Amino acid sequence: MKLSDEFETRFAEMVTHYPTKRSALVPTLLYAQDEIGFLSDEVITELAARLDLTELEVNNVISYYSMLTTKPRGKFNVQVCTNISCMVRGGEEILHHCAKKLGVGHKQTTPDGMFTLEEVECIGACSWAPAAQVNYDFHENLTTDKMERILDDYKKKATQ
Amino acid sequence: MADLVSHPDEVKVVSRRFGQGATNLDRYLELDGYKAVQKALGMEPDAIINEVKNSGLRGRGGAGFSTGMKWSFVPKQSAKPKYVLCNGDESEPGTCKDRLIFEHDPHSVIEGVMIGALAVGARSGYIYIRGEYRYLLEIMQKAIRDAYARGFIGKNIFGSGRDLDIYWHGGAGAYEVGEESALMESLEGKRGIPRIRPPFPAVVGLWGGPTVINNAETLANVPHIILGGADWFAKLGTPKNGGTRLFCLSGNIAKPGVYELPMGYNLKKMIYEVGGGIPNGRQLKAVVPGGASCPCLTAGEIDVAMDFDSVAKAGSMLGSGGVVVVDDQQCIVKFALRTMKFYQHESCGWCIPCREGTDWLKKTLIRFHNGGGMKKDIDNMQYLAENMLGRTFCPLGDAAAMPTIAFVKKFRKEFEDHLEGRPCPYEKEGAAEQVPAFAH
Repeated sequence: MKLSDEFETRFAEMVTHYPTKRSALVPTLLYAQDEIGFLSDEVITELAARLDLTELEVNNVISYYSMLTTKPRGKFNVQVCTNISCMVRGGEEILHHCAKKLGVGHKQTTPDGMFTLEEVECIGACSWAPAAQVNYDFHENLTTDKMERILDDYKKKATQ
Repeated sequence: MADLVSHPDEVKVVSRRFGQGATNLDRYLELDGYKAVQKALGMEPDAIINEVKNSGLRGRGGAGFSTGMKWSFVPKQSAKPKYVLCNGDESEPGTCKDRLIFEHDPHSVIEGVMIGALAVGARSGYIYIRGEYRYLLEIMQKAIRDAYARGFIGKNIFGSGRDLDIYWHGGAGAYEVGEESALMESLEGKRGIPRIRPPFPAVVGLWGGPTVINNAETLANVPHIILGGADWFAKLGTPKNGGTRLFCLSGNIAKPGVYELPMGYNLKKMIYEVGGGIPNGRQLKAVVPGGASCPCLTAGEIDVAMDFDSVAKAGSMLGSGGVVVVDDQQCIVKFALRTMKFYQHESCGWCIPCREGTDWLKKTLIRFHNGGGMKKDIDNMQYLAENMLGRTFCPLGDAAAMPTIAFVKKFRKEFEDHLEGRPCPYEKEGAAEQVPAFAH
């Protein structure tokens, strides 16, 4: 299957990092997912063949890591942390505000395919809590108003 | 980009270059960058190890093991290649310090890995960064590329005739991978399931070769020790606890942030002076002193020096430096539940006491928090947690059990307040039901 030139450059570099090909699997899966949006059967077959693995071995690895998914997500994956440091500063309110605004629950996607909401474990933003990540972008010291604006901005960006 | 804070009591060693533009290699060189590795190239490996040993540097990931000692366990002769692996899978709830090191001073980590490699005779080093930290992985990728371009890493480094390669590696979301044997499994492209020890990684590690695994903050300290000397570093802290620590203040505190304070800094002072105390006129209820896995301290127990040995004597752990402050408006049962939800979610399921224990504890705590708790559940939770201790391959089971035991023992009354269908006394109406509805 065809992957982007950027992916191919990265892949070619990564396999030189390690004494065994398989070691490139986890970062490679994430880079492939970033391009396609999720890990399709086609991608799994392709990467298994490239890294001399069976599809079962690849699936086995995918199911372990929380960022990897075999199901399509929205364009923006809204990941709200509710772990202890965020929780005591209102992380749950942020999560419920997002759920209400987007009309979806945990790991659900809006009908327009724009947003997926996810309650996540600690993202390493404890001193700037409550915090969330939208795709890879960190958003910190959140309030419900701030979160509202952030979601609106993403939507605006996508429709422009 | 995370905000920086400062306080006059800070002693900046690891954070010396924060906010100084040191991601730029030239700027890093101006700020004494890559001097330590050049000095180390002129030292015998044993001399490097002894310097680190004498500095009193102990593992900043949480375990607090002597770094120099760890390095000395690597056999001198090995048929298989040796490796240095930097653990940047920072994910202990309450901890956000490695993030700042990667963001502001990535070359210090590279330099630390290089010195570690020279000490143990490794020719390759890996820097593993958690998947969520994509922007930091990009900063590290650039730093490594820049260092290669100048010939600081690669073939014949600094004209020494020695070859040394450094590689980046990204994770994809897993707390357990922060455990060193699971970290190696992950780097080898597998599920992050821990390995049984012995053999220890220093003897059989990555791809079967002897491997040293250190936390990013630990490694970032090493160049400063080589340049400043073991004595200088040791004196910054308390006996057997050399140097400083990046303390991540979070939770119900007026000035949260990451502060670099000397080892042994008083926790009460840290909360009330450095962190500005508890806001909104509330009182302190509890502190988790070193990340979610550490038993909490009550408000009466915080007059303690924050070094590994003193916090252990106080019945908890210094852990990863994540100080989570909890005020009197928070419900400890809910706090215990959120902690357990985390460990249940992150348990890999390999060991039964951890897999089943975290699940039962979570279920019991959910029921309890919703008013369905029975008196015998309180003792049962403690009994269950105590029976997880020391019975798993990796410390995740202990990490789940230890805080639970402390919550039950120290806040028994709060658990009793939830008995007999009573709604949570600390929750706003209707909020209690939201917890299990969103539980993963």
